[in-house]
Amino acid sequence: MKAVFLRELRNYFTTPVGFIYLTVFLFFAGFYFSGYCLLSGSVELSAVFSNLFLICIFLIPVLTMRLLSEDRKNKTDQLLLTAPLSLCGLVFGKFGAALAIFAAGSSVFFLLGAILSALSSPDWPTLAGNLVGLLLLGAALTAMGTFISSLTESQVVAAIGSFAIGLFLLITDAAVSMVAQPVLQEILRFLSFNRHYSKFTQGILPLEDVIFFLSTTFLFLFLTVGVFERRRWK
Amino acid sequence: MLLEVCGLTKKYGRNTAVENVTFAVNRGEILGLLGTNGAGKSTAMNMITGYLASTSGQIFIDGQNILENPLEARKKIGYLPEHPPLYPEMSVGEYLRFVYQLKKVSLPRKQHLQEICGLLGLDQMTDRIIKNLSKGYQQRVGIAQAMIGFPDLIILDEPTVGLDPKQVVEIRELIRMLGKKHTVILSSHILSEVQALCSRILIIHHGKLIADGSALELTNRSPFQQRLKVSLEGDEQKGRQMLLSLKGTTSVAAGIMIEDGVYEYAVEQEPLADIRLELFHQACAQQLPIMGLSRAATTLEDIFISLISGTMEHQEE
Repeated sequence: MKAVFLRELRNYFTTPVGFIYLTVFLFFAGFYFSGYCLLSGSVELSAVFSNLFLICIFLIPVLTMRLLSEDRKNKTDQLLLTAPLSLCGLVFGKFGAALAIFAAGSSVFFLLGAILSALSSPDWPTLAGNLVGLLLLGAALTAMGTFISSLTESQVVAAIGSFAIGLFLLITDAAVSMVAQPVLQEILRFLSFNRHYSKFTQGILPLEDVIFFLSTTFLFLFLTVGVFERRRWK
Repeated sequence: MLLEVCGLTKKYGRNTAVENVTFAVNRGEILGLLGTNGAGKSTAMNMITGYLASTSGQIFIDGQNILENPLEARKKIGYLPEHPPLYPEMSVGEYLRFVYQLKKVSLPRKQHLQEICGLLGLDQMTDRIIKNLSKGYQQRVGIAQAMIGFPDLIILDEPTVGLDPKQVVEIRELIRMLGKKHTVILSSHILSEVQALCSRILIIHHGKLIADGSALELTNRSPFQQRLKVSLEGDEQKGRQMLLSLKGTTSVAAGIMIEDGVYEYAVEQEPLADIRLELFHQACAQQLPIMGLSRAATTLEDIFISLISGTMEHQEE
C-alpha cells in the first residue's frame, strides 16, 4: 500500500496534474478569500468554504480520472494485481494519494487563518470545523472518482463520468422542489452533498453528516474493490 | 513441487479458454508453454499468477493456494505479462525501486537492483525515462521487474516477442542463466525458441494440454522421426524402385531433381528400422551412386503440426 501510495503521489508531480490541480484550487481559495474576507473586512471564512463546494466537484475528477483507468490501459494492473498486495491495499493506496493532494491544497487555510489572525482574531474552532467538512467532502468525492476510474480504461470517460455525478449532486437541491413524490424528495434531500456540507460551513460539526461522508467514502472504496474482485472472477 | 496445477479451467461465458489443464513443475526446471496465438497460454499464466481466477481447478505455488493464500503465493512469483507492465513516465531506476517496494523484498535494495540491472545490461539506463526506451530495452525492464526479489518461480509470457535477433539471443542467454537458480516458465509460439531453452515442453491447443515432455521425448514420438533423405545419381524410376525394395522402407516420395541427374527422395521407414547399410550395398550393386544421405531433421514444427491435426492420436491407435 505504501509503495502504491508513494508512486501515485510522485506521479502527480512528474505529470502536470498535481501542479494544475493545486494552482487552480489555490487560485479559487485565494479568490474567494480576497472577496469575502480581505475586501469586505470579515473574519468569517465560512463563505469561502461554501463556495469551494462547486470547485471541488469540478476539480476532484481531475485528480481521480487516471488513478485506476491508466493502470488498465498500460496493463500495469497486471503488475499490481500479481504483487503481494491486497486489493484493499491497492485501492486505499491510490485513493490515499489523491486525497493527500486534496489535503495539501486544503492546508492553505492554515495560511489564510494565519493572515486573518494577523489582522484580527478569526474563530479557530469554526475554521477547524469547516476544514473537517471540506476534507470529508473531498474524501467522498475522491472515493467516487476512484470508483468511476476503476470502471473504464479511458481517462476521458472516467473524467466525464465523475463530472456527470458531480453535476447530478449539484442539481439534487433544485430537483427536490421539482418532484412531488415525498419519498423521492426525501431521497434527493438525503443524497444532496451540498445540504450535508453546508452544515459544516454554518459552524457546526454535525455527527450525522460526518457519518454520511465517511460512509459514502467507504462505500465507494469497497465498490471499487468489488470491481476488481469481479473482474478477476469474470 | 514448486508449482502444481490441477484441472485448471477458465470459461468466458460460453467460450472455454483453458480446459482441464493439469501439470506440475519441479524446482530448477525451465518449462515451455507452446501454442498458437489464442491457444490459452496467456490465460493460463494469468491464472497461475493470480491475475485471473480460474473457473474451476486449483493452483498451488510451493504448497500455497493462489486464491486462498494469495499474498504468500504471489511473493514467490515474478511475472512478465505479454505486455510489459511499465509506467511510461517513470525512469527505469524509479520504476525498479517501486517494484522492489511493491514486492516487499527484504534483500539490500541498492545492491540488489544494481545486480539485476547488471544482469540485464540496464546499468547505463537507470536515469532514462521508460517511454523513451526502445522496445528491446522496455522488454528488458519488464524482465528485470519479474526478477526483483529473485522469486522462486519466474513466469515470462512471450519474452522475446518484438525483439531484434541480437536481443533475442541475449534474452535467451539470460533465461538460460536464470534457469540455473530459478524455475522458469515461458510461453512462446516460436517452436525453436522453446526447443532451445526448455528442459520440458507443454503444448497447449484450444485450451487443452495435448503434449508434455522433453524436446527429445516429443521428437521421438514424432511420426517424422524415421524419415531419411537420400540423393542418388541416376534414373529416378530406377532409384525409387531400388529404395522401395529395401527391407524396412514403407514409402518413397517421388524424387526431386536437385542437380543434373541427381534425385533426392524422402524415404519413410518402419519404426526402429534402419535401411542405411542395405541401401549402401544395393546402391553399389545397381550402380546408383549415393550423393547424399541425411536424417530428415525433426523439428517441433513437425510434432506440433502432427499433434494439432490429430494425426498422432491416429497413429497411436
